[in-house]
Amino acid sequence: MVSLNQLIAVCLLYVVGLFAVAFAAERAAVKGRGDWLLRSPLVYTLSLSIYCTGWTFYGAVGYAARSGLEYVTIYLGPSLVMIGWWWLLRRLVRIGRSHRVTSVADLISSRYGKSNLLAILVTVMAVIGVTPYIALQLQSVTLSLSIFAAPPNLTGGAGDPINTAQAAFWVAVGLGLFTVLFGTRNLNVNERHHGVVIAIAVEAIVKLLALIAVGIFVVWGLAGGVTEAMAQIDRSDIGTWQVDGGRWATLTLLAAAALICLPRMFQVLVVENDDERHLQIASWAFPLYLMMMSLFVVPIAVVGLDLLPEGSNPDLFVLSLPLSQGQNNLAMLAFLGGFSSATSMVIVATLALSTMVSNHIVMPIWLAFGQGTVQQSGDVRHVVILSRRLSILFIIALGYFYYRASGGSGALAAIGTISFGGVAQFLPVLLGGVFWRGATRTGAVFGLCIGFSVWVFTMLLPSFGPDGALSAQTFEQGLWGLAWLRPEAMFGVSGLDPTVHAVVWSLSLNTLAFIFGSLVSFPSPVERLQGAQFVNIFDHSSPTRGWTASEAGTEDLMIMAQRILGPVEAQAFFRAQAQLQEKAEGLPEPTPRFVQALERELAASVGAATAHAMVAQLVGGTSVSVRDLLAVADESAQMLEYSSQLEIKSRELSDTAEKLRSANDKLTQLSHQKDSFLSQISHELRTPMTSIRSFSEILRDAEALSPEEKTRYASIIHSETIRLTRLLDDLLGLSVLENGAVTLNRQKGALRGVLDLAVTTAQAANTRTIKIIRNPADEDVMLETDLDRLAQVFINLITNAQKYCVSDTPELGINVMLQGDQVAIDFIDNGSGIEVASRALIFEKFARVPGQGGEGAGLGLAICREIITRLQGNITYLPDAQGTGFRVTLPAVPRSGASDNIDAAASA
Amino acid sequence: MTTNRPGSPLFLARRSYRFRRLMDAVRLLPVLALAFWLVPLLWPVPDQASDPAVTTSHALRYIFGVWLGMIVLGVFLWRRTARQIARENQS
Repeated sequence: MVSLNQLIAVCLLYVVGLFAVAFAAERAAVKGRGDWLLRSPLVYTLSLSIYCTGWTFYGAVGYAARSGLEYVTIYLGPSLVMIGWWWLLRRLVRIGRSHRVTSVADLISSRYGKSNLLAILVTVMAVIGVTPYIALQLQSVTLSLSIFAAPPNLTGGAGDPINTAQAAFWVAVGLGLFTVLFGTRNLNVNERHHGVVIAIAVEAIVKLLALIAVGIFVVWGLAGGVTEAMAQIDRSDIGTWQVDGGRWATLTLLAAAALICLPRMFQVLVVENDDERHLQIASWAFPLYLMMMSLFVVPIAVVGLDLLPEGSNPDLFVLSLPLSQGQNNLAMLAFLGGFSSATSMVIVATLALSTMVSNHIVMPIWLAFGQGTVQQSGDVRHVVILSRRLSILFIIALGYFYYRASGGSGALAAIGTISFGGVAQFLPVLLGGVFWRGATRTGAVFGLCIGFSVWVFTMLLPSFGPDGALSAQTFEQGLWGLAWLRPEAMFGVSGLDPTVHAVVWSLSLNTLAFIFGSLVSFPSPVERLQGAQFVNIFDHSSPTRGWTASEAGTEDLMIMAQRILGPVEAQAFFRAQAQLQEKAEGLPEPTPRFVQALERELAASVGAATAHAMVAQLVGGTSVSVRDLLAVADESAQMLEYSSQLEIKSRELSDTAEKLRSANDKLTQLSHQKDSFLSQISHELRTPMTSIRSFSEILRDAEALSPEEKTRYASIIHSETIRLTRLLDDLLGLSVLENGAVTLNRQKGALRGVLDLAVTTAQAANTRTIKIIRNPADEDVMLETDLDRLAQVFINLITNAQKYCVSDTPELGINVMLQGDQVAIDFIDNGSGIEVASRALIFEKFARVPGQGGEGAGLGLAICREIITRLQGNITYLPDAQGTGFRVTLPAVPRSGASDNIDAAASA
Repeated sequence: MTTNRPGSPLFLARRSYRFRRLMDAVRLLPVLALAFWLVPLLWPVPDQASDPAVTTSHALRYIFGVWLGMIVLGVFLWRRTARQIARENQS
């Protein structure tokens, strides 16, 4: 027989071992080692096993002994949810990760516009719902201790009767200590609690091994094999299928809801998840775990009913069976299994609840009072950690006092079901929030309040028994004597199983109120935005909501962030953000994106609603931009984006087509030009050639020619060859210019000198006179260019005016204007101008204005344009001038030091 | 070998088609499990000892058999789809 002291020694040893494992895991995580284990899917799956609590470990056998196979629904529901991971859990995990969700209350509050009211509501409901559950764990541990103290098969009671209250107290203290020590090491809830998770994984293995060991002992050691065990099962009181269909379906639903809604399950399933891939592995591994946990429950129950004396507590068969057979070590292992189940549940449940209480109740109150003005300096982290630690102790104390108050009575399974019913009230709001964009805050508040009230009235209060919390009269005649308000026959629907009755009424009224409230209310912009982001989590994972951050100084934000994140972390975060904004040093700009990221970071520590409120204190308020609203109207946003993209594309296309068309026109034109160039050049070469040939034939063949005639003919030939040479020179020059092979002889000089030279040369070369009007004062402009080439252009322009000006008293005005750093020189005569149709062509080669005389080849202006282009200038026809006008624009040299160069230019 | 010939995209198309059907299976697996586990609703609940009844050993075999089947299917689907799901999540 194991003595109680021995048992306690082993138990303490086990606890010390757990502390050591947790401590080692924390150390390894800090040093960055052991990720293969700490972040493995195995540990993730095992951490989910906190679903299997002391209730499961001991209570399932008791449940089976009382009602046959019904106990299995408690495992089937979660298995279904896990197998259907693709539908819901995947979404929840993604939302949890991208919105840095810290708890189920945080998720609901965040979805419905970061409403703190909802967060408080859910937190209070969760605390009320889970406290009996924590009490239940304390009860299961003390119950199992007491059986060692007073073994069932030893009459006379050799062991001392155990002081259950004291035992429960010390268990509660130990659990509180462990949770405070390993659950509040880091403030950021999204960072994993490696110590806790590893300890839970170890406990998961211990409880599974313990139950399987007892199962194997029972089936092969006591029953004599599988076949015999099956036969014995069929012979027993629970040998036939006796499960009520309604209870089967309802309890499966309830257990499925609990897996999602229980704060501790949400904690391990969503918050502690750090790799989405693990979810799919858990989708089969966790059902496997559950299956193994429930495999031996029925055989243990049946053999226990058979072997143990009448009146033994079936909730403790797992322990009393091995004990009655003298298997002390097995009993010890079973005890450790039960102890593990109870402790791991309490640790995580407290952790999850304390986060909720601290983030959603304590912090908002602290913020609301003077202490909480966020502009103050000083570390606020200790406040958050302290509030979390106090919350942990508070919740464990609550569980302990509930245990004392309830007197540790009642079957384990019944208390567990009540707790499930309470948290299941979150289900409609949670599902609606994730799948229905129309769900609103008002609807959620309605649904939660009504569902919770109905649960309290039909499930929680009746559980204290007739004349417990509710008077027997209320059971008989309904609340306030209203017959339709009887806790076990609401609206006159009687004859139902109480659990089915309570679950069906609470969940259906909850859902109805939620949907009705959502349909009639109107959500705020932030709410709609969050709704769109939650529902379409896989479409736009990145948040779009912005702050009007201009008012917020980055310094203020920095001070606040330092207080919550700690100086080192906050500075690292701000530096990273500054780098994202491509700022080499200093603080980042308070852009909406940055403030958004900061809020997320804070949310991971203090929850979305509190972080939102803190940032709002500094920043003033959220702005919902037009773009954000378009994101809310998701479909229209996509369509708008698509159509604007189409518009851009089509504009680009038409632009390209336009360019192509003009390029094509240009090419066609060039081709025509080339043809006409060839024909022109042949024509131009041919004309002087013809006259040279004819006159040289005359000189050769004619006998009688006077010396005067000979001289005349020879000089015609001479002048024709000169014209030919000039033509060829021009062509050569143009070709050189066009190929860009010309070398410019850049020098500084005054414009006046160049004009003087050009005017003199042009007048000397031409017989026809033209009056040239100049304004020498304006011409005092310095140029740095190839002055000889420029003179050539001016000569050409002046010569053209001399040749083609049709006026009786031809005049040419040369005006110089300074336009910024450009100098414009206009050559305007008093002729008739050039017809519109010809203007586009005058700068082309061989282009001659029709109807004009003259012997030019039509290369002059083409050459001018080439030269001026080379000189970085521009030559244009002036369409608005009185007669024919050309404007030459050139870059001017600043006036300073101009006088030094005038002489140099003059001499050049 | 032959499927890698140029001009035969059949292999790739077939693979992505297969993947999509496997994802359909992933989605439908919980429906199947639910359907199987709701079958006990149809079993008779005897009021008297003489009424026809389903023995507990039979019920145990059925429920745990379905359970094991779902787990095996889950493992199979995980083996076949996990890599592709992770790839699509990254892109």
